[in-house]
Amino acid sequence: MKCERCKDKEATIHLTQVVDGVVKKVHFCEECAAQSGFDVHGPMSITDVLLGMSGEAPEPLPSHKSVEHSCPRCHLRRVDFKKTGRLGCPACYDAFEDQLKPILRVMHRQERHQGKIPERMKKEVENTQALGELREQLQKAVAEEHYEEAARLRDLIQQVTRRSNEGPSS
Amino acid sequence: MNTARLLKQPCAWLPTGHDASITVSSRVRLARNRKDAAFPGWAGEEECERIWEELHGILTACQSLTEPLSVGMGDLGALDRQVLFERHLISREHAERKRGSGVVLRPDESVAIMVNEEDHLRMQCIRRGLDLVRAWEEVNALDSEVERGVDYAFSPQIGYLTACPSNVGTGMRASVMLHVPGLVLMNEINAVVKGMAKIGLAVRGLWGEGSEAIGNMFQVSNQMTLGEREEDIVSSLEQVVLEIVEHEKNARARLFEQREHIIRDHVGRAVGILSHAHVLTSKECMDLLSDLRLGLDMGIVHMQRPEVVNDLLILTQPGHLQKVEGRKLKAEERDEARALLVRSRVKKALQQRTRKKDE
Repeated sequence: MKCERCKDKEATIHLTQVVDGVVKKVHFCEECAAQSGFDVHGPMSITDVLLGMSGEAPEPLPSHKSVEHSCPRCHLRRVDFKKTGRLGCPACYDAFEDQLKPILRVMHRQERHQGKIPERMKKEVENTQALGELREQLQKAVAEEHYEEAARLRDLIQQVTRRSNEGPSS
Repeated sequence: MNTARLLKQPCAWLPTGHDASITVSSRVRLARNRKDAAFPGWAGEEECERIWEELHGILTACQSLTEPLSVGMGDLGALDRQVLFERHLISREHAERKRGSGVVLRPDESVAIMVNEEDHLRMQCIRRGLDLVRAWEEVNALDSEVERGVDYAFSPQIGYLTACPSNVGTGMRASVMLHVPGLVLMNEINAVVKGMAKIGLAVRGLWGEGSEAIGNMFQVSNQMTLGEREEDIVSSLEQVVLEIVEHEKNARARLFEQREHIIRDHVGRAVGILSHAHVLTSKECMDLLSDLRLGLDMGIVHMQRPEVVNDLLILTQPGHLQKVEGRKLKAEERDEARALLVRSRVKKALQQRTRKKDE
């Protein structure tokens, strides 16, 4: 594969980067990579690759997010994450959901957890799934004017919601 | 904890016999975090100390750990840290940590838990040979015991939440350590490494991330942790490892067919240097032990106690050498101490064999 910048030398540097949620692949020869500001010899942090390469200045955020937002719980900022590649606390996954989604997709090629669920979360996870199904059935029953069935489903949904609000298996 | 007592027992991951020659060991580790606390790298020192105290109490009460050994990193000397690292019980990063973090071990070293490394909990089970399923089952049982006392950070959508997004989901890293001199000598290892990357597996050196593949030892592990069940990750890794083992056996057979005298010479020289050298650097020693191991596997050399190769692999590491000597040694002193240890052990293992032949 030829370098996509000089279109002459063989491309030896292959990078996948995510810029504003868009996955981009670049192929450079060593010289062009160096000229474009990639540190081809030093170790690279995974977030450099995934969040796009930093030149001198951090790339501007989209205007509607012009205030650097941080995790409401641990106050980690996006720049902190970019610097270390590590999040600050479990709540960061919600705070940075938009940025993390494409990263997770590139890293794992999957988006939903399959596998072990902690015992005390099992009820909640099952309830979330059950509620989704019941709500679908309710919509269908209403649309088909099966009001008795709809009433039964509504009660069931209330029951499940109450159960999950009571907290995990306590 | 004084690691001197560990030195008296073989490493949990090194075969005691010579049965597991290509697949040296299997390891499964789980990353877990508490729901309501900052990850160790972002938490303050006080918060880390509080978490270590709390988790330490929960872990030492775990029945599956059978009277565990435990120590705070702040209470460990530099040499003890290095010994724990060389025995694969803590990571290089954890060896650098101070107060507010620690390690809890099952006395036989098969289970080790780092507290406040990158995540609040890094629990591993390590077993000899290719034994990933057992390793997973054991660490899974421990995890189930721990979760009764710890409210884990878990999302129904993306699973266990970890400090680095690369571990999110199962939080599981399964790995197998392989000794593959055949693939290296036949120049086929690079193709294998590339192939592994394509199917989402990582290949690293003996001491994990960033470490060189010395002594023809490689670790193969899953990179993706989200979207696959633990059992599936384990079984597909095991399949791949079995394929690598087949490749390695093939490579060795071809090697013997095409270059028998060169291989015999190679192994013979290794035995010669190991039993007569007075100065041995760590790298040279590892490479020669790999040659000797290959010779034993292929029946070129015979020893009464072939496991001496495994003992030496760990005892010749800088931390272990210095722990045995009971003091800090300079690099040149270590090379001498290493040669002395290797010389006597290898000679003894060879003599025993010769004596037996004479009888």
